[in-house]
Amino acid sequence: MTGQVYKWIGTRPNRPDGADKVTGRARFGADFNMPGQLVGRVLRSPHPHARIVSIDIGAAAALPGVKAVVTAADFPEQENIVVPAGEMQVNLRDVTRNIMAREKVLYEGHPVAAVAATTDAVAKQAVALIKVVYEELPHVIDVAAAMQDGAPILHDHIRTEGVQPAPTKASNIAKRVENLKGDVARGFAEAEVIIERSYTTQPVHQAYIEPHACLASAAEDGQVQVWTTTQGHFQVRGFCSRLLNIETSQIRVTPSEIGGGFGGKTVVYLEPVAVRLSQKTGKPVKMVMTREEVFRASGPAPGGTVKVKLGAKRDGRIVAADITIALQAGAFPGSPIGPACWCSMACYDVDNIRVVGFDVVSNRPKVAAYRAPGAPISAFGVESTIDMLAQELGMDPIELRLKNAAQKGTKTHYGPTFDRIGFIETLEAARNSAHWKSPVKPGYARGLAAGFWFNVGADSSAAAHVAEDGTVTVISGNPDIGGSRASLALMAAEELGVDYDKVRAIIADTSSVGFNFVTGGSRVTFATGLAVVNATKDAIRELKVRAAKIWGVDPEGVVWEGGQARPAGHNVGEFEPLSLAEIAAQAGKTGGPINGHAQLNAQGAGPGFGVHIADVKVDPDTGGVTIGRYTAVQDVGTAIHPGYVEGQLQGGAVQGIGWALNEEYIYNARGRLDNPGFLDYRIPVASDLPMIETVLVEVPNPHHPYGVRGVGEVPIVPPLATIANAVARATGVRMTDLPISPPRLSAALDAAMPRLAAE
Amino acid sequence: MSDIRYVAAESLDEAVKAMLAAGGQGKILAGGTDLLVQMRSGAQNPGTIVDVKKIDEVMQIVELPDGGFRIGAAVSGAVIGEHRKLAAAWPGVVEAVNLIGSKQVQGRASAGGNLCNSSPAADSVPALVAAGAKVVIQGPNGRREVPVEAFPTGPGRNCLAPGELVVSLTLPPRPPGSGDAYLRLIPRTEMDIAVVGVGVSLTLKDGVCTAARVGLGAVAPTVLLVEDAAKALIGSKLDDAALEKAAAACSAACKPINDKRGTIAYRTKIAGVLLKRATAIAARRATSNVPGGMH
Ligand SMILES: Cc1cc2nc3c(=O)[nH]c(=O)nc-3n(C[C@H](O)[C@H](O)[C@H](O)COP(=O)(O)OP(=O)(O)OC[C@H]3O[C@@H](n4cnc5c(N)ncnc54)[C@H](O)[C@@H]3O)c2cc1C
Repeated sequence: MTGQVYKWIGTRPNRPDGADKVTGRARFGADFNMPGQLVGRVLRSPHPHARIVSIDIGAAAALPGVKAVVTAADFPEQENIVVPAGEMQVNLRDVTRNIMAREKVLYEGHPVAAVAATTDAVAKQAVALIKVVYEELPHVIDVAAAMQDGAPILHDHIRTEGVQPAPTKASNIAKRVENLKGDVARGFAEAEVIIERSYTTQPVHQAYIEPHACLASAAEDGQVQVWTTTQGHFQVRGFCSRLLNIETSQIRVTPSEIGGGFGGKTVVYLEPVAVRLSQKTGKPVKMVMTREEVFRASGPAPGGTVKVKLGAKRDGRIVAADITIALQAGAFPGSPIGPACWCSMACYDVDNIRVVGFDVVSNRPKVAAYRAPGAPISAFGVESTIDMLAQELGMDPIELRLKNAAQKGTKTHYGPTFDRIGFIETLEAARNSAHWKSPVKPGYARGLAAGFWFNVGADSSAAAHVAEDGTVTVISGNPDIGGSRASLALMAAEELGVDYDKVRAIIADTSSVGFNFVTGGSRVTFATGLAVVNATKDAIRELKVRAAKIWGVDPEGVVWEGGQARPAGHNVGEFEPLSLAEIAAQAGKTGGPINGHAQLNAQGAGPGFGVHIADVKVDPDTGGVTIGRYTAVQDVGTAIHPGYVEGQLQGGAVQGIGWALNEEYIYNARGRLDNPGFLDYRIPVASDLPMIETVLVEVPNPHHPYGVRGVGEVPIVPPLATIANAVARATGVRMTDLPISPPRLSAALDAAMPRLAAE
Repeated sequence: MSDIRYVAAESLDEAVKAMLAAGGQGKILAGGTDLLVQMRSGAQNPGTIVDVKKIDEVMQIVELPDGGFRIGAAVSGAVIGEHRKLAAAWPGVVEAVNLIGSKQVQGRASAGGNLCNSSPAADSVPALVAAGAKVVIQGPNGRREVPVEAFPTGPGRNCLAPGELVVSLTLPPRPPGSGDAYLRLIPRTEMDIAVVGVGVSLTLKDGVCTAARVGLGAVAPTVLLVEDAAKALIGSKLDDAALEKAAAACSAACKPINDKRGTIAYRTKIAGVLLKRATAIAARRATSNVPGGMH
């Protein structure tokens, strides 16, 4: 579809990390060990909200084998300033309180102290010996309850930002945001059909299989090394530097292979604690979370409430949208309320839009990024409402969306005007898909929904090193969470004109390559890919210089083609082409090693759109939902490695389906999490789902040499409404509250029985 | 963590002695799919582990002269699933045992372990209750037998006295025209814990139900034998009215709690739904005499 003919781009070779992963050789976070290391463990709050009156570490510190105990007193106070972390913004004052509670504990599982001991058994015993006196406070878990007057206040210093006049009273609403386009009142006055509904979604965990784990070693001379499972080792370095007042270049962080992150490993929990314990003991300290700790204390995606009001003409043209979204930030401000608001109506070209958002704190773990943070929640509300509009108007849901689809030139309600985007192509591809064209099987019903994500660019550095034999190492600094090493090597091979297996892509530690922003925002193949392409170009420039030297001509007289240096034309002279290997072999004689470098702040990440289709069957007696067929259609830019692009679409769809059907946090009346494990926190299992079909729509991004768009986040946006829309069409019952678990759907079906029987 | 003693007993006697010697700190080890998980999480910290997998009687499936079966307490689900005659006679019991966990778990998990772990949601137990299985127990005072439904006494508790262990489960002979079935409701398709489980065993003669037993799991502190449901079925042709009555009896028998796994209203409703569905399967098996129940 790109019209370009590539040798490597668009092929499906094995990933460079594949063999190590399937044979067990790959090292993950908990696989790093050092001689003499200690085991670190965290004491966590049993209360959702309490003042810390006192902490007595005496007995724990005196236990034989215990080498250090730390509390908040061991971490310097931080300023009230916001810094970027992954796709989210974090406040350093809050981060230091999140890794170790100071005045108060704000959620069950909040760290209160940590120990380092010679064995795990001693560490556990020591944790149990720490005596904390708490003054329990009333708690609030639910986002709507937290917004009420009289709700227990988490932070006395929070005044709701973004309201006039500035409030004087403390509130759990940290921020109000508003996006406005056109005149909403006028829009609704013109509307012939108005649909209004409220929706709720539950917080969901990223559910990476690998728990957080790290090893930290602080040496006597002040140098610090950290090995950790993370989506951003430069961020780990930055946080450790800030939170512990260590100069950044003194810290070297090496990322392990990563067993899933999905956004949840863009922040720090253990690393600063492990470094502090190592500083205090002079020994390496290893810390590994249990699954229970992961659930109780690491970032879920927020839950939220979404109110959607849409006005349309009878012909299907949407003329007004009024949307209110409130998201749980968890214990500290900073939910992805901005993206939730921006993504809500981004798919549609509507003249009058108002979106109001609230960022709300409550006594839950602080949220972290999760694939397209915020977007699935607002899309669930908007795409469900659009489906109701289609039903009300008797219109085909694709037709209705096409009628309102955003395209190049559409001005969004949050500001930017779209460049070349592929929503219309994606809708058309959905309409032409084998799935949409197939008849719906008896007993099933079909649902569809769309979704949007911006994708980001940001800072990347890369290098391309030509080895003595002409093979190439591509060095960059983004943990590979989705096959990015393969994609980077493919782009370098294409650029160089050599075979893929002559290029090795590796991920360097923070001291071995320039700064790279986190692996997040679907940025790596785009932004770091751009850096790799530029680094490769830089190496090619040098290769041409060397060929020119060998031939005794001007570098301008050399071109690089098909992996060889050739004379640019006959007037340069007649020379046999020089291969990469031939030039590399003579590097010593022509100026030394041949390396290319690049660093950049990538602009122009292309937004992506997805349309998902599901066929579902509902057991009317049990409320069980069976998914018979599922297809994810997405505008992916150029698919550098289509196999891994499809994998992203499938993985995102599955996570979204889990969000729609079963995943939820169950808190008891005492504010404690009742399901901190995979038995009762139900992500889909393989037997729950059919093979997820994919359709890749390749609309190249004009801002990348190979047309790359981010692909990893869009696919989690449509599934929530896709499933709800299919269920609505299967049963006649509109589920506005997630998850659509068997007990909830069964209750809704029973409640609707008289109405359905009458119809 | 203190040291754990591990005893691989070669005889029932040795196992009983080791358990007595452990003085309340002993735990029998069958497949370990409950015990080891509980030890890892800190829920169990036994001083002595007595492995019973070296004892023949505990590891065998025996066809009894009267046509019944004796299933060793530690026989794994995988072995039970491959026993053709047992699967033909008791497809419901076998499908219940085979529902436990995954392929990997099946290689280890036993019906005895499932019963002795005494979870109200244990999958094999409602089917065993419906089947009228007896639990053979060996202890310091010799051997005794109790019906399965009398074995669990509460969540995680059972009637075993100090030093006692389960040797086997016996299933009675099967009259012609008999069939059984087990169904559970889980929110996913596998690797989950029953929200409700229903086992039904019945005998049909000329289309009339002459005998029936119903076991109900996950809706009360222990798995229940629902006699009222059986009464509603016996004497009927399993017509809608009888099924409704039996379903209502199952719902009435529920003493569930609202918890993370289901609401009271939902569990109560599903108990009835599954009763009807399991009865239909058991009846089909009874009439067709098709072994069934296997995947
Ligand atoms: C991943 C996974 C999935 C699971 N899925 C299910 C499921 O779907 N349904 C379900 O019901 N269960 C499930 N379980 C729980 C468990 O597998 C079953 O309860 C299994 O039947 C236990 O058998 P076991 O032989 O492994 O028992 P063990 O773990 O060896 O023993 C269980 C308990 O019984 C005691 N015990 C064992 N044998 C005897 C004996 N002969 N006499 C006296 N006491 C004894 C032990 O001391 C222990 O307390 C699952 C477990 C896991 C890990």
